Amino acid sequence: MEKMSRVTTALGGSVLTGRTMHCHLDAPANAISVCRDAAQVVVAGRSIFKIYAIEEEQFVEKLNLRVGRKPSLNLSCADVVWHQMDENLLATAATNGVVVTWNLGRPSRNKQDQLFTEHKRTVNKVCFHPTEAHVLLSGSQDGFMKCFDLRRKDSVSTFSGQSESVRDVQFSIRDYFTFASTFENGNVQLWDIRRPDRCERMFTAHNGPVFCCDWHPEDRGWLATGGRDKMVKVWDMATHRAKEVHCVQTIASVARVKWRPECRHHLATCSMMVDHNVYVWDVRRPFVPAAMFEEHRDVTTGIAWRHPHDPSFLLSGSKDSTLCQHLFRDASQPVERANPEGLCYGLFGDLAFAAKESLVATESGRKPYAGDRRHPIFFKRKLDPAEPFAGLASSALNIFEIEPGSGSMSWFVDTAERYALAGRSLAELCDHNAKVARELGRNQVAQTWTMLRIIYCSPGLVPTTNLNHSVGKGSSCGLPLMNSFNLKDVAPGLGSETRLDRSKGDTRSDTVLLDSSATLVPNEDNEETEGSDVPTDYLLGEVEGEDDELYLLDPEHAHSEEPEYVLPQEAFPLRHEIVDTPPGPEHLQDKADSPHVSGSEADAASLVPVDSSFSLISVSHALCDSRLPPDFFSALVCDMLRFYAEQGDVQMAVSVLIVLGERVRKDIDEQTQEHWYTSYIDLLQRFCLWNVSNQVVKLSTSRAISCLNQASTTLHVNCSHCKRPMSSRGWVCDRCRRCASMCAVCHHVVKGLFVWCQGCSHGGHLQHIMKWLEGSSHCPAGCGHLCEYS
Amino acid sequence: MAEGENEVRWDGLCSRDSTTRETALENIRQIIVRKTECLRLVKETPYRPADGLSNAVSLDGLNKLLAHLLMLSKRCPFKDVREKSEFILKSVQELGIRIPRPLGHGPSRFIPEKEILQVGSEDAQMHTLFADSFAALGRLDNITLVMVFHPQYLESFLKTQHYLLQMDGPLPLHYRHYIGIMAAARHQCSYLVNLHVNDFLHVGGDPKWLNGLENAPQKLQNLGELNKVLAHRPWLITKEHIEGLLKAEEHSWSLAELVHAVVLLTHYHSLASFTFGCGISPEIHCDGGHTFRPPSVSNYCICDITNGNHSVDEMQVNSAGNVAVSDSFFEVEALMEKMKQLQECREEEEASQEEMASRFEIEKRESMFVFSSDDDEVTPARDVSRHFEDTSYGYKDFSRHGMHVPTFRVQDYCWEDHGYSLVNRLYPDVGQLIDEKFHIAYNLTYNTMAMHKDVDTSMLRRAIWNYIHCMFGIRYDDYDYGEINQLLDRSFKVYIKTVVCTPEKVTKRMYDSFWRQFKHSEKVHVNLLLIEARMQAELLYALRAITRYMT
Repeated sequence: MEKMSRVTTALGGSVLTGRTMHCHLDAPANAISVCRDAAQVVVAGRSIFKIYAIEEEQFVEKLNLRVGRKPSLNLSCADVVWHQMDENLLATAATNGVVVTWNLGRPSRNKQDQLFTEHKRTVNKVCFHPTEAHVLLSGSQDGFMKCFDLRRKDSVSTFSGQSESVRDVQFSIRDYFTFASTFENGNVQLWDIRRPDRCERMFTAHNGPVFCCDWHPEDRGWLATGGRDKMVKVWDMATHRAKEVHCVQTIASVARVKWRPECRHHLATCSMMVDHNVYVWDVRRPFVPAAMFEEHRDVTTGIAWRHPHDPSFLLSGSKDSTLCQHLFRDASQPVERANPEGLCYGLFGDLAFAAKESLVATESGRKPYAGDRRHPIFFKRKLDPAEPFAGLASSALNIFEIEPGSGSMSWFVDTAERYALAGRSLAELCDHNAKVARELGRNQVAQTWTMLRIIYCSPGLVPTTNLNHSVGKGSSCGLPLMNSFNLKDVAPGLGSETRLDRSKGDTRSDTVLLDSSATLVPNEDNEETEGSDVPTDYLLGEVEGEDDELYLLDPEHAHSEEPEYVLPQEAFPLRHEIVDTPPGPEHLQDKADSPHVSGSEADAASLVPVDSSFSLISVSHALCDSRLPPDFFSALVCDMLRFYAEQGDVQMAVSVLIVLGERVRKDIDEQTQEHWYTSYIDLLQRFCLWNVSNQVVKLSTSRAISCLNQASTTLHVNCSHCKRPMSSRGWVCDRCRRCASMCAVCHHVVKGLFVWCQGCSHGGHLQHIMKWLEGSSHCPAGCGHLCEYS
Repeated sequence: MAEGENEVRWDGLCSRDSTTRETALENIRQIIVRKTECLRLVKETPYRPADGLSNAVSLDGLNKLLAHLLMLSKRCPFKDVREKSEFILKSVQELGIRIPRPLGHGPSRFIPEKEILQVGSEDAQMHTLFADSFAALGRLDNITLVMVFHPQYLESFLKTQHYLLQMDGPLPLHYRHYIGIMAAARHQCSYLVNLHVNDFLHVGGDPKWLNGLENAPQKLQNLGELNKVLAHRPWLITKEHIEGLLKAEEHSWSLAELVHAVVLLTHYHSLASFTFGCGISPEIHCDGGHTFRPPSVSNYCICDITNGNHSVDEMQVNSAGNVAVSDSFFEVEALMEKMKQLQECREEEEASQEEMASRFEIEKRESMFVFSSDDDEVTPARDVSRHFEDTSYGYKDFSRHGMHVPTFRVQDYCWEDHGYSLVNRLYPDVGQLIDEKFHIAYNLTYNTMAMHKDVDTSMLRRAIWNYIHCMFGIRYDDYDYGEINQLLDRSFKVYIKTVVCTPEKVTKRMYDSFWRQFKHSEKVHVNLLLIEARMQAELLYALRAITRYMT
């Protein structure tokens, strides 16, 4: 029924009415073009060339231009265009390279007017000048563009694209003399119609052929191009260099692109292959099309907006031999079907989850999740008239939080900072790390380090008594560690600080929320309002009673902890409000992010006791007795590392990996190692432990990791002569054509370390300068300065 | 002695690091020394039947090793390896063991060895190409050595082939080689079959499959039909063929796999054309590439027999090939003159539409009569036949027996717009690689023709390209097919048609009789055009069918 809806638009006197409809053609269409009066459309193809009148209910065939007894290749059209000034004038481009003009005013049946046979290959595109009545432009496979004056028998001027095939030519709507042409090699050229000798500007727009381009009807500088690389790009040509302002990624090569009238950021595209739909994109939202027309059963070959000032009617012709009129109102909107969702782990194991309001609403209605401690907050953005998706921007955000005591990651930070990973002997490293772990109350880990020492260092050095002692400690260590969970004391350092941060965040968002006068849908099940200064203890106490319910919902913790410990877990759900819900596409990006190891996971791991601690001891005794080679244990150690990593304590896994180095590396496959490294580095960076993370990167042996430090380090160099940035290579300036950093001693270019005197700014290779200064204290360049290099 | 110790590892030789190569070679040398010692011991002890058998086996193994070394001494791009392997061979010879020597006359039977670039005398660019190729395949095959006439193309070719066979793709590695074997076997190209049988086994393929297509999995058997049609009459491919492959329950192909397979098939069909078109000799280390006999004994060339088409076909000469020798001098001049004329008169005289249409038909029809020899089936050489299921199915001229197949219009489905997008969608990056290869092949020119310089050959190249597509029923709306008749003389057409449609029938006579004044590198250039045009034609038909299936 929706299809039957009718739209009536008043456009300065003339009124457009119609509905979504289609009609069957006899043959596949290659191109369509609309008459100025918006009431007729011409369809052209290999074996069709007809004019249809667009009536309210249907298309009516008005005229068949394909007359004559024998079908001629001149009538096999690759493109057709209707003059926007003269209702009687049409031009077609034939596949055999002929450009034909048609005059509907001719009295005879054959309306063919003029024939230009100047192109040697297929003509891909013809284009009339928007204001000049007699100027026609053509672009051909033979690499030439020709400009015809219809009052003359041959072309006025020829523009050469240097033997690259021309795919599209378009006169600029605003600049009288300018036209753009696109090429098979990915270039776009801008020409002045008066200067056929060379193009005004050229730039590479796409990778592979550029099939189409379209000038923005209002914005003088904007040109949209579509290419085989599945991209639609919008270029700002008004600036000195063509600048890419928008880029839309489609799913198939782009055959046509047309700006939507009266909608500054909208454009319609259709594809050359595979995909049959016509899309209308908002270039500012390049991931989800604003509208989609799905009528065609084969590729769409031609699209045209019916009227230059009416955004609601789109016409399209297709290889499936149909001509369609699409109504914007009837378009399907993929955004409606998309479910914007976002999920993110916080540093302390908090989980934020945002979803479309409607989804959350239905779900919370389900009773099995009654224990759900989520507090959905609904709010809407202030409506922005330019933003068509305002209705979709409302979403609910939930945050699940972990109990603060367990959420404290101070042990992680401390461990990371105090561990020694290199620079000493293995035994010392192990001892040191064991000590660190013990001091932090992580006896389990300390035990492991001691073990490693026993395995890999000479066994006699560790007295057995010492060992037994630590075992005794280790076996009892589980409890105090557990207890720390129950304690209400928030870890002094990090924990409280972040808590404060969060409160602050709340206040801020609250106020902003008020400012933006957004509608806040009150949330029933959370009565207490949150202030910025709610005491931590109070919050904890308040929440305590309900947290096992929360944990049931949070699978990560529920499974690993609930069955083993009856200790009450604490959680602290906190309501968070964000003012500006990120739109759909950003959610998608979030999702695509690499999985993060959250602090809480790591934390959970350290809780699990190793049952085998006693058996390990017996092994170490055996070792003392029989002097087994360290290799004997490598499988065991690997298992141990995997165990830690699986429990989430990548810190331990990576640290051991680094400390043991070659001894175990070969037994664990490269990918796993890489995975551990990246997880650990990610965690370190989230805690702002840049130094430690850098050290880890440096010590890692995996190539993928160690190159992390080499990536994204850019040095910008300015030329010492012209003071301009040097773009292409670091040592040769493009402008002054000379080498920038010459060594004052050997007069060669310095490509590595460059040392220079801050007084006279002469310098050179480090070695050369050092050598020079041994013999002289004057500047090697001869400037007379007494140089100082420190 | 454990067999594992004697396992020869050749891959170390492919390294770019000279010390790695050094150790690898030393390792090989030791193995060979051990083996020869072993052999000598056996020889010295009195004859016992059981020993005789093992003796023969180990001798066979040693000979294989020696043949491989011989190949290395001639074809390895690294000088140190060449010298060392030659040294090893010499030292083995001094121990009184027969060493092999290469047979034949260099990489190609058609092109004199001295015309072809010698390994070791290449320039820096070619050396990197060689080294890349050697690193990827562990050999420098004869095709590479002939193609290196055109290094720019070779680079793209090797890159594509490497990607198709060894890089990410939907098909498992042994499938890829097996499909290569299937495709080459359609044209009885024993050279390619031999190469890929080795590779197939190397990547862990089941040797049983090599006994015939019926021993391969059902899935590959299903591909046989497409292979057959694609090789000989691609215009008959319909979406039903595609559907049959994609909907075969547990044996069905996925679209991505199918595109990979299609690209491989077309690649190897056209490579078979190149192999025959340039008369590629068997590899030195393969059967028929070397002999252990002393020079005086072997007067005949095994490779001619294995390919079964040299000495015999020499007799039944193409009548068309008999152009008087005196004419040959003027051939080039005449061709240049015609090109010039065409360029000029095109402006004046425009043929009518009907005329143009009929010219295409004429050219199409005429291409049928180009063959002088009748369609008698050559008995397939050697064991290649096992891959055939239907030998009687060969090239039949487009629109011959009154069967009407609609002309394929390039303007409606072309590689640049449609084929590329489809391939790149289903088999990412390959579309780009093939596209580059087509581009390079089509645009390659040195602006020379025989002894003339600064000639615009685009017209000639286009005529060749379009003539091949014309034979497959592909028509360009914007091309005047009259040009073909003007530019391509009969002996050239015979050659083109034979190489493209029935490559196994190419003879040296054919190769020699066209364009007699032209250089060998130019003839190889022609071959590149032929194989790329053929590959594109086959791809177009196959991809169009896939597109039709998808819509």
